[in-house]
Amino acid sequence: MSGSAPVTYREACRQALRDALLSDSKTFLMGEDIGRYGGCYAVTKGLIDEFGEERVRDTPLSESAYVGAGIGAALVGMRPIVEIMTVNFSLLALDQIVNNAATIPHMSGGQFAVPLVIRIATGGGRRVAAQHSHSLEGWYAHIPGLRILAPAVLEDARYMLAAALADPNPVLIFEHVMLYNIEGALDPAVTGVDIDHAKVRRQGSDVSLIAYGNGLIKALAAAETLAGDGISAEVIDLRVLRPLDTVTILASVAKTRRCVIVDEGWKSGSLSAEIGMRIAEEGFFDLDAPLRRVCGREVPMPYAAHLEDAALPQPADIAAAARGLVRPA
Amino acid sequence: MSARVHLDHDHVRHLLRQMIRIRHFESKCVELYQAQKILGFLHLYDGEEAVSVGVMEALSPEDAVVATYREHGQAIARGIGMDVLMAEMLGKQEGCCRGRGGSMHIFDRESRFYGGNAIVGGGLPLAVGIALGDKMEGRPAVTTCFFGDGAVDEGEFHESMNLASLWKLPVLFVCENNLYAMGMALARAEAETDLARKAAAYRMPGVAVDGMDVVAVEGAARNAVEQVRAGGGPQFLECRTYRFRAHSMFDAQLYRAKDEVETWRKKGPIGRFQDWLMKNGLIREEEVHRIEADADAEIEKAVAFAESGTLEPVEELEKFVTMNQVPA
Amino acid sequence: MPALGADMEAGTLVEWLIKPGDKVKRGDVVAVVETQKGAIEVETFNEGIVSELVVPIGTKVPVGSLIARIGAPGEIAPERPVAAVPQPVPQPRPTPLPAAPPRPGRADVRITPAARRRASELGIDPATLSGTGVDGAVSIADVEAAARRPAAPTAPAAPLRRIGFNAAEMRKAIATAMGRSKREIPHYYLSQTIDLGAALAWLTAFNDAQPVPNRLLPAVILLKATALALREVPQLNGTYVDGEFRPGPGIHIGWAISLRGGGLVAPAILDADMRPLTELMAMMRDLVQRARAGGLRSSELGSATVTITSLGDRGAETVFGIIYPPQVALIGFGGIAVRPWVVDGRVEPRPLVTVSLAGDHRASDGHVGGLLLNAIERLLQEPEKL
Repeated sequence: MSGSAPVTYREACRQALRDALLSDSKTFLMGEDIGRYGGCYAVTKGLIDEFGEERVRDTPLSESAYVGAGIGAALVGMRPIVEIMTVNFSLLALDQIVNNAATIPHMSGGQFAVPLVIRIATGGGRRVAAQHSHSLEGWYAHIPGLRILAPAVLEDARYMLAAALADPNPVLIFEHVMLYNIEGALDPAVTGVDIDHAKVRRQGSDVSLIAYGNGLIKALAAAETLAGDGISAEVIDLRVLRPLDTVTILASVAKTRRCVIVDEGWKSGSLSAEIGMRIAEEGFFDLDAPLRRVCGREVPMPYAAHLEDAALPQPADIAAAARGLVRPA
Repeated sequence: MSARVHLDHDHVRHLLRQMIRIRHFESKCVELYQAQKILGFLHLYDGEEAVSVGVMEALSPEDAVVATYREHGQAIARGIGMDVLMAEMLGKQEGCCRGRGGSMHIFDRESRFYGGNAIVGGGLPLAVGIALGDKMEGRPAVTTCFFGDGAVDEGEFHESMNLASLWKLPVLFVCENNLYAMGMALARAEAETDLARKAAAYRMPGVAVDGMDVVAVEGAARNAVEQVRAGGGPQFLECRTYRFRAHSMFDAQLYRAKDEVETWRKKGPIGRFQDWLMKNGLIREEEVHRIEADADAEIEKAVAFAESGTLEPVEELEKFVTMNQVPA
Repeated sequence: MPALGADMEAGTLVEWLIKPGDKVKRGDVVAVVETQKGAIEVETFNEGIVSELVVPIGTKVPVGSLIARIGAPGEIAPERPVAAVPQPVPQPRPTPLPAAPPRPGRADVRITPAARRRASELGIDPATLSGTGVDGAVSIADVEAAARRPAAPTAPAAPLRRIGFNAAEMRKAIATAMGRSKREIPHYYLSQTIDLGAALAWLTAFNDAQPVPNRLLPAVILLKATALALREVPQLNGTYVDGEFRPGPGIHIGWAISLRGGGLVAPAILDADMRPLTELMAMMRDLVQRARAGGLRSSELGSATVTITSLGDRGAETVFGIIYPPQVALIGFGGIAVRPWVVDGRVEPRPLVTVSLAGDHRASDGHVGGLLLNAIERLLQEPEKL
C-alpha cells in the first residue's frame, strides 16, 4: 500500500482494522451491520469477505449483549473490536461499559483486565436529528478505567487503533461522522501514534483553541480566519479525552494566556467544563483573559439544516470568541 | 433424578458437606455483620445452597463461572477458599479482590470465577462473551452463568439468551428462581412465570428442576453441561428455590408472609437431604456432627486469617483502575 | 476596619487597646492597625461598653470588616454573671464600628491572573493601571506598557525596613492612589508667584519675641493663608464622590509629609482655618514627628478635604501636584528663594514662592482656581491677620 496515495478517514479506519485482523488472531470485529452490509458508515466494507463471519461478526440489535460479550471475550484473552453505530445507541450498552468494563479490573483486585476496543460514531452535522447526532463522549470521559480517544486527523484514524489494542484496558474510540470523508495523504514515515498526548496542530501565540474531533477541523478553520486578522491562534487537538493531557493544555495556555475551548457537546457538565476547570486549577496565574467556550447549543439536535448549523459550534463562532479575548472591543 | 449422579457414600457426604459449609459460613457472616466487621450489603444464600452445590458438581476446572451478588454459595461451591473469601468480606488486602470487591463482587482467576455482579442481569452478556472467547480459541470450556428470576425481567437476559443461542455458544444459563426479585414477587413481575419456557423463544433447551433437591440439581446440571460441551449450544436450567432470609440484611420482609417462609423452610435443602441420607443409611448422625464441626473449624480459621489480615494501604487506592498489562 | 485612606484595602490588627467590658467613648484609641502606611491607631466613634473583640491580633481584614462590637450605653451586660442565680445574660446589641466611608470611584481592580502576577514581578500596583483587556480588565499588555513608561521620580527606597513601615508597601499605596488620580481626575494646573517679603518680615519679628519652641516656620503661614483662602473659595475644599462635588465639613488640610525612608503621608489638620498659628505650628510638629515614627491616628488619615504640599527651602521652584482622591484640589508651594521681582516699577530682590494649584476639572474650573491663588496671595500680604 503506498503511503502517499490519498486516503479518506474512512479508509484509514478500515486499514487500521485490517491491520489488526491480520496481525493478531485474537482480534475480531463485532457489531451491527459491520459484515454483510459493510458497516453503517462503510468503515468495515469488504472485511467480511477477507476475514470471514467468525472474525467480522454481525450482531443482532443487542448493544448490551454484544458489548458485554466483547467484555467477556476480552476477559478471557481475546482482543475484540466492537462497533456501535452511533453514540446514542451506546447508551443501550452503558451498563456493560460503565458497570463491567470500567470496574472489573479494579473490583477484581487486578485479577482481570479488559483489553477491549469499542469504536463509536459520534457527532452532529448529518441532518439526522436528535437520536443520531449527539456528542456524548464527554460522558464516557467521566469514567475511571476507560481510555477515550477522538481521532480527528487521518494519521490518528489510521494508527490509534493499534495503540488502543495494545492497551490492556477498555478503550473507546469516537469517530466523528463528519470526518469519514476527509481525504489526504498519510505520511509514510509515520507508522504509529501514541494515545497519551494531545497535539498542537497549529502553532500560535495569541490564543489557544482547544478542540477535538470535528471541532478540531472547525478550530483550524477559525485559526486561519484569525490569522487573516493578524491574530495568531494555537490549535490543540485533544486526541485523548481521558486521561486528559493536562500538560499540553497548560503549556499552550501558559504561552498564549488565552483559551477558547471548543466542544460540540452541550456546555453544561461537559468535557469543556472539565478542561476549563483544569486550567482554572492549574493554570490560573497564566490566564490573561477569561476562559471561553464554544459549545453545542443546549437543545436536542434539530433536523432542519439551518437549525442544526445553529446548534453546532461553527468556525465563525470560534473565531469571534477568540477575537473577543485577543482584541476586546 | 438423573441416574448418572452416583450416590455413593463419598459423594453424598461431599454434597452435604458443601451445603453445610456454605450455610455455616454465612451464619458466621451474619455474626460478623452485626459486629460491623462486614459492612455494606450482605445477601445470604440460606435456602438456596443446593443450587450452586449441585451445579458446580457438573463443572470441570477449565469451565468458567459468572455469578450474582448473592454468590458466597457459588464461590464456596466453586472451591474458592473460605480464608480469602472471608478476608475479602472484611475488606482486607488478603481478600481475593484485595478488599476492592467485597461481598457482592467476588472474583477468582484461578477457578475462572468471573465475578459476582451487583447489576441484575449484568453478568449475562459477560458469560456470552467468555463463552465466545473460549469457543473461538477452541477451549472445551462451558461458561455457567448464574442469575436470579429478577434478571429475567431485564433486557440483557433476552439479548444474551438470543446471542448465545444464535452463535451456539457454550453457556449454561442457571436461573436461581427464588420467587422474589428483592421484594418483587415473580407473579407480579413476569407475564409468564414458567421461566424455563422462555428458553424456547431462543430455540434453547430449557429445563426446570427442584432447586431444593441437590441431587436433582446435580443431575439436571450434568445433563445440560454434557450437551453444551458436546457443542449443542447453550442450555437453560431453572432451579426453583427459596430464600429463607431477608434479601439483604436490612429487610422487614413486608412482601411475603411468615408462614410462606416456614412452609419453604420445611423443604430446606440441607435438612431434607440429611434426613433422606440418614433414612436410607447413607450417612450416620456422628458423621453429620463431624462435618459440621469441621466446617466450623474451617470457618474459624478463615475468620482468624481475615481478622489478622492487613488493610490495603490507601496509597494503593487507584491501583488496578487501569492495568499495566493483561495478567498472564 | 476603618478605611484610613482611599488607597487602603485592608489592615492587620496588631494591638488591641481595649478589652471586653471596657467603657469607651468617641475618640478613644481602641486598636493599632498595621497598614501599607505603617501602624495607625484606630479610634472609635461610638460610646458604650466593648462587648466583643471580633478580630484576633495578627489578622488581616479588609476595610469595612467588623473588628469589634461595642454595646450601646444602657445595654451593659453585668461584668460577671451572678453565679448563684444563673439567668440569661442579656445580649448586648452589637453596634458595629461605623462603616468605612464609601470609597468613591473605587471598584476592585479587575485584572487577569496573569497580569496580576506580572505586575507583582515588575513591582507595579495593578490599581494604578487602566485596563484594555476583556471587560476592561487589566491585562499583561497593560502591565507591560506601564512598565515601559518612565517611572515617576521618587525618593530612593529606604535601605532597611523600619518597624511600622514598609517602604515597598507604601510605594505601592502611593502608586495606587496617584495612579487612580491620574486615571480618573482631569487635572488642571494654575500657578502664581507670590512675594513673601511682608510675610517673612512679620515672621522674623514674631519669632524674635518667642521662646524657641514656639517659633513659627514659613510653612505654617502658607498653610494658614491657604486655609483662609479656601473659606473664600469653598469649591476647592471637599471631595468628588459619586459624580458630584461634596463640600468639606470643615477646612481639613492634609499636610504632605515626606518620610525619611521614602514615601509620603498627608495627615489632616482639622479646621485649620480656625486655629491660631502657634497651635497650627505645634500640630504640624507633632504630626511630622508621629508620621515619621509611625504613630498617626485613623482620624488624621481619612479626613482631609484638601492637601497642601510645601517643598520647603530646598525644594524645586514649582509643584505640579497630583490630587489625592477623592479630594478635588492640591495646593503646592515651591521652595522660597530670593529672586528679582518688580516692585513699584523697579526690579528688586525679593523672597518669592510659587504657589500652584492642581484642580479637579470635574469639580471646578480654572477661574475658581485663580480666585483661590489670588486670595492666598492677598492673605500673605497681611500676615498679621493670619
